[in-house]
Amino acid sequence: MNIFKFELGMMKKSIFLWTFFVPFGLVFYMLFFPMMQGDTETFQSLMDSFPEEFLAFFGMSSELPVFSLLGYFGLSFGMIQIPLAIQASNYGFHILSVEERELTADFLLSKPISRGKILFSKYLAALTSLTIVNIAVWISSLLVLLVIKGDESPNFTNVNLVLSTTVFFQLAFFSIGLLISVSIKKVSSVLSFSMALGFGMFLLSSFGSILSSNIFKILTPYSHFDPEYILINGHYDWRLAIISILIIIISIPLSYFLYKNRNIASL
Amino acid sequence: MNVIEFNKLTKYYGDVKGCKDVDFNVKEGEIFGFIGPNGAGKSTTIRTMLSLIYPTSGSVTIFGKDAIEFGAEVRAEIGYLPSEIFYYDKMKVIDLLNYSASFYNKDCSARIQELSEIMELDLNRKIEDLSYGNKKKVGIVQGLLHSPKLLILDEPTSGLDPLMQQKFFNLISEENKKGATVLFSSHILSEVQQLCNRVAIIKEGEIVSIQDVKALKNDTYKKFTVRGVKLNHGKFNIDGVTNLVERDDKVSFFFKGNVNDIVKIIAGLELSDILVEEPTLEEIFMHYYE
Repeated sequence: MNIFKFELGMMKKSIFLWTFFVPFGLVFYMLFFPMMQGDTETFQSLMDSFPEEFLAFFGMSSELPVFSLLGYFGLSFGMIQIPLAIQASNYGFHILSVEERELTADFLLSKPISRGKILFSKYLAALTSLTIVNIAVWISSLLVLLVIKGDESPNFTNVNLVLSTTVFFQLAFFSIGLLISVSIKKVSSVLSFSMALGFGMFLLSSFGSILSSNIFKILTPYSHFDPEYILINGHYDWRLAIISILIIIISIPLSYFLYKNRNIASL
Repeated sequence: MNVIEFNKLTKYYGDVKGCKDVDFNVKEGEIFGFIGPNGAGKSTTIRTMLSLIYPTSGSVTIFGKDAIEFGAEVRAEIGYLPSEIFYYDKMKVIDLLNYSASFYNKDCSARIQELSEIMELDLNRKIEDLSYGNKKKVGIVQGLLHSPKLLILDEPTSGLDPLMQQKFFNLISEENKKGATVLFSSHILSEVQQLCNRVAIIKEGEIVSIQDVKALKNDTYKKFTVRGVKLNHGKFNIDGVTNLVERDDKVSFFFKGNVNDIVKIIAGLELSDILVEEPTLEEIFMHYYE
């Protein structure tokens, strides 16, 4: 419990910033929607002039047009998945490696506590932080939709379904970061690692959409929880979502095993 | 009873040897010195005891329990002062010490106050604002606050001024009188000489000698320094003489053996001065490092 509290304390600033800026980004995007709505025909003809692959790259499709409320929401949500991914990978890369990088491991690991408990406490602290941001995104999504929906009555069941993916999406990136951090000798820069993972996976999923390639889609959690798919079909794409969920599950014993047997570097 | 038992402890980092076949025991109530130059394998050996790193082969037993298998349990009674002190920079000293105390099932607040008064440590400063010496003090308080039965001190005095060093030695002696066993690693022999009962000497990862400090000091080594004129004639180069330095006006050497042999040589010489001393441990040990 003491480690959990301590870690949350260390993350205070980070939680505050992400909890503020991610929902802010979403609301900011969404508030442009009423402006677009006034000029639907222009957008329709603009969209028609682009090839489907091009639209796919930016997370749009003709099935769920971007000038519809949910189409626009899907697009916006897809955008804020990037910071969510970066935050989650950041915690994954950071949470264990920081002790070694900043040489505080000799302090923490010489205490009468097992590495399993350290991992568990830190995992829980990160999950708590991610959940706080998740809740903030959830609430702000629903609120902004209510504000801008006008006369439309969007399918809130599907919206909630999209929002429910966040926890898996975050944990998938967190797990990948964690696993990499205990597999390699040293995480030299958490920021570059998490940016690379967050953006790299996004690009991969964009290419996956252009090429309709399943191989790319298998590799990236962005495709596993594609908001557009859920908004159109009203359910998860389970064949893909299950991959992320497996990564999350498998990474726990694997990270534990690697961390438990790790030789902690010192100066 | 042995508090620490090393059983052929070996640690390789890939192909690089950290330590090899380390095999010695530390008895309950002892202050045991662990001597070697930087990079000899002292920290490797010590960090294995805390399962920060895992041995390639061999094992360490602490309080009769395997230090890896029963790591968490064993560490509850260990106070560890690492050679390089790094703490969470943004924290205040008192918060760090309280965090450290929270890992032990006892109230340490009185002891924290007491120790920081002795070490003259300002509890309200941030770690990042502390000098190297002050960080070391935090480390000392942090290592002692739960009154551990075994103290593992890895080069504890670096960065401390002589006055603080003395206070620290007094603290260690007190803990020892209360029953704590101490493993004291250092590359400075004089401090080991002052504090320890026995010493192990490590060189290139291997223990080369384990000695009783008192016995070592009482060994028949004498250090001779003679001054005069035209002394450089090689007459002093006899059995039992080591570290011989000959100059025309001054000759110095260590001698272990029948002192009469030296007296006979000196008797035939015209000297201006002669000095016969006990060599320091430092001088005795020097040949292990060469």
